Amino acid sequence: MKSSQVLKRIFKYTGKYSAMLILGLLFSAGGVAMTLYSPILIGEAVDMIIGPDNVDFNGIGKIAIQLAIVIAAGTVFQWLSTLCTNYVAFKTTRSMRVDIFKKLGTLPLKYSDTHSHGDILSRIIADIEQVSDGLLQGFAQFFSGIATIIGTIAFMLSVNVKIAVIVIVLTPLSLFVAYFIAKNCQKMFVKQNKIRGELTGLAEEIISASKTVRAFSYEDVAQERLEEVNSRLYDCGVKAQFFSAMTNPCTRFVNGVVFAAVAISGAITALSGTISVGQISSFLTYANQYTKPFNEITGVITELQNAVSCAARVFAVLDEKSESDDSALPEITHCDGSVKIENLSFSYTPEKPLIENFNLTAAPGQKTAIVGPTGCGKTTFINLLMRFYEPNSGVIKVSGIPANSVKRSSLRSCYGMVLQETWLFSGTVKENIAYARPDATDEEIIKAAKLAHAHGFIKHLKDGYNTMITEDGGNLSQGQKQLLCIARIMLTSPPMLILDEATSNIDTRTEIKIQQAFDEMMKGRTSFIVAHRLSTIKTADTILVMRDGKIIEQGTHESLMAENGFYANLYNSQFEPSEG
Amino acid sequence: MFRLFKYLKKYKFEAIFGPIFKLIEAIFELIVPIVSAKIIDIGVNGNGGVPYIIKMGIVMVLLGFFGLGFSLCCQYFASKASQGVGTDLRNDLFKKIQSFSHKEIDRFGASTLTTRMISDINQIQTGVAMLIRLAIRVPCLVVGATIMAMSIDLGLSVIFLIVGPLVSFVLYLIMIRSVPLYKVVQKKLDSVSLIARENLDGIRVIRAFSRQENENSRFENASDDLTKTALKVGRISALLNPATFLIMNSAVIAVIFFGGMKVNSGTLTQGEIIAFINYISQILLALVALANLVIILTKAAACASRVADVLEVESSIKDGGKEVPADSANVPAVEFKNVSFAYNENTGEKVLDNISFTLSKGETLGVIGGTGSGKTTLISLIPRFYDTTQGEVLVNGENVKNLNLKPLRAFVSVVQQGASIIEGTVKDNIVMGRKGISDEEIEKAAKTAQAHEFISKLSEGYETIIQRSGSNLSGGQKQRLSIARAVAGNPSVLILDDSASALDFATDAALRRAIRKIGETMAVIIVSQRVNSVRYADKIAVLDDGKLAGLDSHENLLSTCQVYREICLSQLSSEEVLK
Repeated sequence: MKSSQVLKRIFKYTGKYSAMLILGLLFSAGGVAMTLYSPILIGEAVDMIIGPDNVDFNGIGKIAIQLAIVIAAGTVFQWLSTLCTNYVAFKTTRSMRVDIFKKLGTLPLKYSDTHSHGDILSRIIADIEQVSDGLLQGFAQFFSGIATIIGTIAFMLSVNVKIAVIVIVLTPLSLFVAYFIAKNCQKMFVKQNKIRGELTGLAEEIISASKTVRAFSYEDVAQERLEEVNSRLYDCGVKAQFFSAMTNPCTRFVNGVVFAAVAISGAITALSGTISVGQISSFLTYANQYTKPFNEITGVITELQNAVSCAARVFAVLDEKSESDDSALPEITHCDGSVKIENLSFSYTPEKPLIENFNLTAAPGQKTAIVGPTGCGKTTFINLLMRFYEPNSGVIKVSGIPANSVKRSSLRSCYGMVLQETWLFSGTVKENIAYARPDATDEEIIKAAKLAHAHGFIKHLKDGYNTMITEDGGNLSQGQKQLLCIARIMLTSPPMLILDEATSNIDTRTEIKIQQAFDEMMKGRTSFIVAHRLSTIKTADTILVMRDGKIIEQGTHESLMAENGFYANLYNSQFEPSEG
Repeated sequence: MFRLFKYLKKYKFEAIFGPIFKLIEAIFELIVPIVSAKIIDIGVNGNGGVPYIIKMGIVMVLLGFFGLGFSLCCQYFASKASQGVGTDLRNDLFKKIQSFSHKEIDRFGASTLTTRMISDINQIQTGVAMLIRLAIRVPCLVVGATIMAMSIDLGLSVIFLIVGPLVSFVLYLIMIRSVPLYKVVQKKLDSVSLIARENLDGIRVIRAFSRQENENSRFENASDDLTKTALKVGRISALLNPATFLIMNSAVIAVIFFGGMKVNSGTLTQGEIIAFINYISQILLALVALANLVIILTKAAACASRVADVLEVESSIKDGGKEVPADSANVPAVEFKNVSFAYNENTGEKVLDNISFTLSKGETLGVIGGTGSGKTTLISLIPRFYDTTQGEVLVNGENVKNLNLKPLRAFVSVVQQGASIIEGTVKDNIVMGRKGISDEEIEKAAKTAQAHEFISKLSEGYETIIQRSGSNLSGGQKQRLSIARAVAGNPSVLILDDSASALDFATDAALRRAIRKIGETMAVIIVSQRVNSVRYADKIAVLDDGKLAGLDSHENLLSTCQVYREICLSQLSSEEVLK
């Protein structure tokens, strides 16, 4: 995306607040004008103080009143302009963030499966922050900087053309210094950030691998590796920091030169009487502030560039293709639990076909199990059932209705799904169980928890059902988290069930009890089960054996054992004595 | 902050001369307004004329030039010292973290240790730089400008004595209100980001329940909340510039008014009034810089104490001084004598309760039990990842507390649950920095671990680079690689902690066969939830809630141990149990 396009889109966002934005800029211009006008008034006042018995108190009084008004107005303008830009910036941040978040809710799962979550998160948080800081507030700063420069030159020209010209002639010096510093800084900072990223990655890796590091006495090697990166960071860091620290002294020096030039030329001009002492004093005040806006503007330009690239990253997400709009499609009104898969083909990437021409019929109440080595694509099958992914060709019929002819949400509500990776959000235990049915009564929640064998441990938590679950369920064990997820399903009691290694984190004795609860619940309902332990799936009506993403065998336990193929091999290998 | 003061000592020269140089620049800067007053009073209003004006102008440029020189020196010293302090701190902190045992790592958590290592030390660096650059300069400018003003006219300088504290007070008021609010903003941003992360991680569940709308409104509420607070803090901090502008210019009006009276009575000159006005703006700039400095130093101090907290912790596990004793026929390789363990010694909740067993070379011990029964804790005591609370763990007859850690951990190799993969080649990951492991041994270990086949298929074989946290490997491949890593060191005791969970049954069986083969010369411990993984072990330790519920062979346990029987029946059909 081109920078100009990005900018256009950002201003579309700020469009809603354009009145506020323009108001902010007007206030800012007003503030700059007042700030620049006050030195002139002060100069005029100084001119009325010439010497003993030669002070025009009347005039000073008048100017003091004018000055007071100018100052008061300047103060108010400055404040209001900041308020306006803040408003625009924060509101824009908010709507961008909400938009990108909502967008994520409509993107196909492929997006979140194939993009690093850390990266998406940094777009939602850090990049948008950068857009607000860099772009909007930067824009305001840029504007006031330009206004200050133009205003200063205009005011100086109005007071004395000759001296003003001298200051303007010295302008390239300010520009050069600002440019020189900004350029070097940026180069150094890019390098520094890269090395710091490397260091962060290494430290993160080694520290989070602490237990492995201890086990193999890897500490010394780790220390060596870190010190090597660290010393590179030092070399680069000293330079980067020095260059950025040059800004203030250099600015002061350039200011000093401009100041001296104004003082000399002003004083000499004053000797010939064409300029007053007060005017020199105004000039000196201008000279003192002259370099500041140049530095600010160069700083802002870097920020702006950065912000534009951040905005582009945000817009890239917003431009991703959403799932097709299904709001006009009908709902499944009654689900009898039958699933029929006809000639289904699917692949994540075109060059690597996975599932080809697959057929399956699951009658209401049937149990279908999927087995195979880890990474064989069992999850793919579930992705297709739930329409997390769309098949390339073929059709999945639920209750005789093609799955893609109804609303996704209504299709998904036909299934209850428990995955190996538990998911809890930061809220109470109760809220987590009632996630799918926020209207559930306490009795229903407790009943579901009892069915999932979670009631026992929940009772022992500090606040029982009202215990807050910390980020990622840190205060619960894997098994307990899984039980809560199961309770969640027990509460919704859906017509069909998908269990993807749902009990793998639970010890087998508890598992048996949960299995009984599931069996109870699933009576007469259709289920799809992915499991590691072959003993739990032996009773399935159909067993699908998958390998390398393909379904290689299909049948009942007995028929598959008779076939003496991969499944039989897999099954027998569990009992193979080690001596084999 | 003071706890880390010693780190600055190494940079004594920079830390002392930096501020001194900066002070010289500040003095030069304070002289400039006097020079400009002289230009006006003597050059313009007096009889100095053009030569005097030019002379003084040159003095001004020279002051600026030398000021620049001194100041750049200071900036360089500050960069060197601050980066140096940061670099030293990072090295030391990392070394400290490397010395921590599992207990300290558990206490702090990996993510906060990384944060302290990177961003906290960054803040300290900034703090040190600012300390050198500004801590002397800013107060000196304020005091110096006031003194200069006093030396020009004592009476008029009263304005300074009012303005200085007034500006400071306003800065203080604004900061005391906004700084805590900034923390609130950060917290609210964290909760916005938490919701976003939860949504990314739980995307399947959320969609399965069709709860997107609900999540959207949760996110919108959190965002609104954040926006509200951000606007509030913005309103307060937006006062800073206008307020100082207001006070400064009011002071200028006062200077003009009272100064005018003094000039009228002949005790002050016009040039001196201009000098006064200049000093006011210098003080103002200095005070604003001071406010920033205070914020930076407060942050740096908080970070410094977080870093110092880590540096002051001593690892609870230290070298015992002895080497592992040589093997001897009558002494078991591993022995537990009445061992109890609690992670939290205060609550005393025992994770292991009075465990005793012995294991000799050539023997295999299976450890089985439900989640949270203490299996992993049990084996963690052997390489001394933790120390026992009561009782002794002996290796070749010597208490592990008396042994040096390195030889102990070469003697005992653990394949941990979810073992970490480091960035580097496959070979690096197997060798893990240990010296004296030949390429043949690596390949042999990989073959034992059933990893050779998939490694050979990788594009560069053993030299293939594995990405951070092993993202280009499957779970099963990672497990096999970490088994190869443990086997490669040719340990006397090999511990496999549920490390075949991601392997299919066929690979698992092949692995068990291979382990059994090398196990003839080792003591092997296999921890698992699966009966099939441990049933052929010489003896099986059955853990139930931290207690040893049984210790015997599969057949004997079936008849004597109720817990074991239950576990078996939960996994296998009754005919399979006896197969």
